[in-house]
Amino acid sequence: MLFAVTINEGPYQHQASDSAYLFCRAVLEKGHELRRVFFYNDGVNNASSLTEPPLDDRNIVNRWSKLAADHKVDLVVCVAAALRRGIRDENLAAGFRISGLGQLVEAGIEADRLVTFGD
Amino acid sequence: MLHIVNKSPAERNTLDSCLRVAQEGGAILLIEDGVYAATRGNEGESQLRDALSRFKVYALAPDLEARGMFDRVMEGVTTVDYGGFVDLVAEHKNCQSWL
Amino acid sequence: MSEGTVKKFMFVNRKAPYGTVYALESLEVVLITAAFDQDVSLVFMDDGVFQLKKGQQTKGIENKNFSPTYRALDGYDIEKLYVEAEAMAARGLTEDDLLVDVTVMSRAELGKLMEEQDVVLTF
Repeated sequence: MLFAVTINEGPYQHQASDSAYLFCRAVLEKGHELRRVFFYNDGVNNASSLTEPPLDDRNIVNRWSKLAADHKVDLVVCVAAALRRGIRDENLAAGFRISGLGQLVEAGIEADRLVTFGD
Repeated sequence: MLHIVNKSPAERNTLDSCLRVAQEGGAILLIEDGVYAATRGNEGESQLRDALSRFKVYALAPDLEARGMFDRVMEGVTTVDYGGFVDLVAEHKNCQSWL
Repeated sequence: MSEGTVKKFMFVNRKAPYGTVYALESLEVVLITAAFDQDVSLVFMDDGVFQLKKGQQTKGIENKNFSPTYRALDGYDIEKLYVEAEAMAARGLTEDDLLVDVTVMSRAELGKLMEEQDVVLTF
């Protein structure tokens, strides 16, 4: 089955990104296909390469980058939401790309299931 | 339809709204702070008990465990892991995250 | 690949405007979804009904007043606007207080409509 996920909250402040990540991993472990993860609202902050958590904490941003590298997951950051919050190509973490909201709608059309994580 | 609720019933009316809108035969999955609703002795216990007669209710085990509440899950609530979460989404025609 | 596919998208708005960004950013997704020629419906329930309150004046909080956009939805062929009757009543609002024409529905009716959707997005 074809899945897509959207995340509306930033890392560390809210559990949304953690829940979404664990959900995505389970989707892949179950043998489903993960079409796209779309980052909207404060969720765009998950894509900041400037993030530097303490060493004993999970690195949420790197975790997403690794998921993209290992499983070819398309991580898309909404351009309008990103520009509002200071996320641009210069500080975009590996595996993410910035694009329009149309990518969210397209994911909703193409995927069998779209699951939202937020506040 | 699968309804996903992530708010504590003591803090927000999210679960309340969901229960009033959800149609008979639907399923409710409690995640994040939503799992407190599935625990014995909480103020909203009778509300959820009533819901159990109309819906299948699930709670995400890792979220219960993280909060030290796993051993207080109400009878009738099914606990699932993330794999079970994925299965629930796949099994239902559509889903809604009640944010 | 998505060409020609029309899915039923429902946007469930449960939050008041201005206190958080969700109402505004929801509206942005709604407009894009309509541009993809999808079957779009909007639901306003709980505090979301406040998004449609007439007479919003945002000068004093130096925010953009985006409420006129709801009146422009018609131009994007978005005509399915549903408001929860119980939520309006609980907030002392009537249809006359709203800035657009809507269909008022009970929670039970909204629940039925939700079941028929392909994609439900809540903001």
